[in-house]
Amino acid sequence: MSTDKSQIEKLIDGTLPWPELRDDVLPDPKDPERFETTIEILQERVDWDDRILVPLSDHLYVVAGDDGRTVKAECGHELCSADENWKLECDIRAREEQEETAELYPELMTPDPDWTFQIREYFCPECYSLLDVEAVPAGYPILQKFEPDIDTFYEEWLDKPVPDGQ
Amino acid sequence: MSQEPESRQGIASDEYERVDPPIGWDGQTLQEMLDESEHLLEDTGRYHGRERLEMKEDEPFQYERIFSRLRGALVNARETSLHISASAIVREIGELAFQLYTPEGDCIATSTGIIVHVHTGSLAIKYMIEEGYEHGRKIQPGDIFCNNDNDLGNVHTADVHTLIPIFYDDELIAWADGVTHEVDIGGSTRGHDQLASTTRYEDGLYATCEKIGENDEVYQDWRDRAERGTRTPMFWDLDEKCRVAGAHMIREALTDLVDEVGVERYKEFTREAIEEGRQTLESRVQERLFPGTYRDASFMPVPFKQEGWNPVSQKDMLNHLPVEMEVGGDGGLSLDMTGASPPGPHPYNCAEGSMQGGLWVSLTQSLLHDGKVNDGSYFAVDANFPEGSVVNPQDPSLSYHTAWGSIMPTYQAVWKNISRAFFARGFREEVNTGYSESGDTMSGGGFNEVTDEYFPIAPFDLSCQGMGASASRDGLDYAYTMWNPETDMGDIEEWELTEQGLPFLSRHIKPNTAGHGKYRGGSGWETLRVVDRSYDMSLYKHVRPGVTNSTSGMHGGYPQATNYSVRVHNTDLEEQFEDAEYPISDKVPGDLEEDVDGDVVRTERGIYFPTTFENHDLVYYHMGGGPGYGDPLDRPFDLLKEDLEKEIYTPDVVESVYGVVGDLDEEEREFEIDHDATEERREEIRKQRREESQSVRSFIDEERDRLVEGDLSDPARRMYSGVFDRGDDWSDEFREFWDLPENFEINME
Repeated sequence: MSTDKSQIEKLIDGTLPWPELRDDVLPDPKDPERFETTIEILQERVDWDDRILVPLSDHLYVVAGDDGRTVKAECGHELCSADENWKLECDIRAREEQEETAELYPELMTPDPDWTFQIREYFCPECYSLLDVEAVPAGYPILQKFEPDIDTFYEEWLDKPVPDGQ
Repeated sequence: MSQEPESRQGIASDEYERVDPPIGWDGQTLQEMLDESEHLLEDTGRYHGRERLEMKEDEPFQYERIFSRLRGALVNARETSLHISASAIVREIGELAFQLYTPEGDCIATSTGIIVHVHTGSLAIKYMIEEGYEHGRKIQPGDIFCNNDNDLGNVHTADVHTLIPIFYDDELIAWADGVTHEVDIGGSTRGHDQLASTTRYEDGLYATCEKIGENDEVYQDWRDRAERGTRTPMFWDLDEKCRVAGAHMIREALTDLVDEVGVERYKEFTREAIEEGRQTLESRVQERLFPGTYRDASFMPVPFKQEGWNPVSQKDMLNHLPVEMEVGGDGGLSLDMTGASPPGPHPYNCAEGSMQGGLWVSLTQSLLHDGKVNDGSYFAVDANFPEGSVVNPQDPSLSYHTAWGSIMPTYQAVWKNISRAFFARGFREEVNTGYSESGDTMSGGGFNEVTDEYFPIAPFDLSCQGMGASASRDGLDYAYTMWNPETDMGDIEEWELTEQGLPFLSRHIKPNTAGHGKYRGGSGWETLRVVDRSYDMSLYKHVRPGVTNSTSGMHGGYPQATNYSVRVHNTDLEEQFEDAEYPISDKVPGDLEEDVDGDVVRTERGIYFPTTFENHDLVYYHMGGGPGYGDPLDRPFDLLKEDLEKEIYTPDVVESVYGVVGDLDEEEREFEIDHDATEERREEIRKQRREESQSVRSFIDEERDRLVEGDLSDPARRMYSGVFDRGDDWSDEFREFWDLPENFEINME
C-alpha cells in the first residue's frame, strides 16, 4: 500500500482521518518506504542537526552526532550514549502513597498502598516531558527496554550504509 | 476412500472397518512420522525440510483453493455446530473453535473463535502418539477422544476438546479438534474460572486424552460420568454434541476434498502450508520490526491473605512475569521468561502449551493477521518458558483452572515489546500498548425459586474491554478482548434468559478506567444486577488486577486504573422497587451508597470468593480500560472535551492529569474550556514535575537502601524471594543492577 508523505505527517500528528488510516495506512502490504519517510519528517521537525538513526518515542531518538551515537530528547538534551539505559539519566517521580496515586485515578482504582507498588514517572531533566511511566513493585530494577541493533538494520535489512558510517 | 461404517452405507453393521497399525503415511507409525518431522525441522530449520514451496509456486490457484476449502470447512463447522449448544457463552459469544492437524499433530488451519487453541490440540495429539496410543489404546476410524488436561494440551480446565482421527484408505490423514468453553466443569465451587481452586483435586472433571467413544458414538459410561460430574449436565451434553458434530463435518469436508484433489497432493499441501506459515512470520518480522533486544515485565497480584479458603493459599502473592524478546538479524524471533515466579497455591498456574497459545493469539493480532494461520508461527518463534515456573510448572498436581491469570498479564509485556519495534520502524498505527485483562465478572449459580432448577452465572459480557492506545489514536472503548478478537458483549436479554436469578439494573461507561496519555486507552464499563426470585445463590467475583497494576503505559502513557469490588447485602431494594426506583451506578466509587441502604462491602481487591447472596442483594462489577500512550500534556483539547462529554473521564481527573479546566453541563453533556485557568493549571503541572521529581541516580540510592533494610510489603518480598529461590540468571541481574553483594537474599523470614 502506497502512502504519501503528507499522510505520514498526519499519522505522526494524530490527525489522519479514520477513513484514510483504515484504507491507506493499516492494510497490508505496508509502504516499504515508511521508515525512510518517517525519519525524513522527524528530521525536518527537530531543531538540531544530529542525524536521527532510530525514533524511540515521541520525544526521544537515537542520533548520530559529534559524540557518536547518543540518546537525545526532542528538546536537544543528550541523555547518554546509545547503548546505555537512558532512564538512568532522567528525573523520576515515584508515586506509592494513596494521596500520590489519587491524583491519577479515584480511590480504589489505584494500587493498594499496602502492597508497596509504584507508579514511576520518568521526565526529561531539561524540558520535563514525560518520557515513560512504569508500574512496578518497590525495589524493581529499571529495565533497559529497547537495545536497537542499528548496524544490522541499516546494512542487512535496508541494504544501505549506516548514516553515521560507523 | 474414507472408512465409512457399513450401516451408513445402508448395510447391516454399524461398525467401522478396523485398521491395523501402522496407521501413518506410507507404512509409518505415528511415532515414526513425528520423529521424522522433528529431525527434519532441526536439521533444515524448515518444516519437513521444505526449502521451496513447489506446489504453491507451480499450482498457486490449486494451493490457495485447498487452503480456502479447509479454512471454510472449519469456519462452517463452527458456525453450524454452535447452534446445537444451549450454553450462551458458546452459542451467543462463540466460545468455541475447530482445528485441523496433521497425523503427527501440527496445526494446518483453524476456524475463527477461541483461536488460542491452535497449539493446545497439537500437544494433546503428540501426547497420545508418544504414549503409544496407536498400539495400546488404539486409534481407529470412528474413535472419539477428549482432553481438557492443561498439563497435556489445554488452556484452562473449562475448555474441553473433542478430537477425532480422520482416515483415508487405511491411513490417518488428519485430526479434527473441536473445543468449547464449558459454563461449569464440576470444580470445588460453581463457575468456569475458579478462584478458590489450589490444586488439581479441586479443579473438577478432567479427561486426560481419554477415548470417549468409537464408531462415531460417545460411550454411555463417559456421557453418564461427565453429566453427573458437572452442575450443568444439559449444557455439557449439548456442548459435547456440538463438538462431535463439528468434527464430523470437518471429516466429511476433508474426505470430499481428498477425493477431488488426491491424497498425495493433499499431503504435500499440508507440509507446504505449515512451512509457509513459518516463513511468513520470518518475513513479516523483517518487514515490520526492528532488530534488537526488548524487555518488559508484568505482574499478577494474588490477594488471598484475607480471602483464601485453603490455609496454604491465605497469603498475598505477586507473580513476576518478565519477558525479554530478541528480534534477530535473520528475522528470527525469540521470547524468554527467565525470572518468572514459581507456581503457587492458586488457580493461575499455566502450562507451557497455554503460554504458547497466548503467544500465538497475540502474534495473529499483531504480525500475522493476514497469513496462513497455523503451527508455522509456533515453529518460527524460539520461546523459553522456564521449567518449574508458574508459566511452565510441569506438575499436573497444581490447579490450572484460571491459567489466563498468567497468560493475560504476560502478553501485555509481549505486545509492548513488539509495539516498540513497530514504533522504531515507523508503523505507529500498529502500536498497541496492551489491553484490559478481563478476569471474570461474576461466576457461580443458584436455584430458580419457581422451577427449582439450577442456573449458572457466567456472563461473557466480560469479552468487551478497553483496548490499549496506539501511537496514532485512542484505544477502542469497551469492545475488545485479547483472547477472542471476535467476541461481543451479547444481549442483556440473552444473559437474563439463562441467568434467570440475576437481572440487570444498568450497564454503562465506567468513568476514569482508561489509561491516561496523549492517546488514551479504551474505556471500560460497569453494571449493576440484583438477585431476584432465587435461593442458594453463590457468586464470586474474579476481576483482575485489583490491588496493583499488572502492566505499565507506554512512552509516557499511564497504566489503566485498577479494579475493585463492591456488593450490597440486606438492601432496601424491595421497597425501592415498589416506588419504581433503584440504583444504577457506582460511577465514582462511593456513589452507590447514596442510592441504596444495606450492608455495603467494598474492597481494593477486584475479587471476592464464593459468597451467598439473598434476594434483593445488589451485585456490581466493572470491566477495565486499556493502557495509555504518550505524555498526557500532549493530548489535544478537543479530544479531552469529547472525553468529558462522553463521561470517559470526570472533570476532576482531567484537571489533575491533563490540566484542562472548565465547566461541564451535566444535563446537556457539554464542556466549555476555561483557557486561562487551563494554561495556569498546565504550568502548575510542569512545575510540579520539576519540583516533585529527583534524579534517577539518587532514587536508585534510596531504593537500594530500602532493599537492604527490607522495607517492602509482604507480597513484594514474597515475589523477589520466590524468584531468588529459583536461582536463575534474573537474580544475578537484580543484584548487579542494585549493586548488591552476591550473597544478597530477600526472604520471608
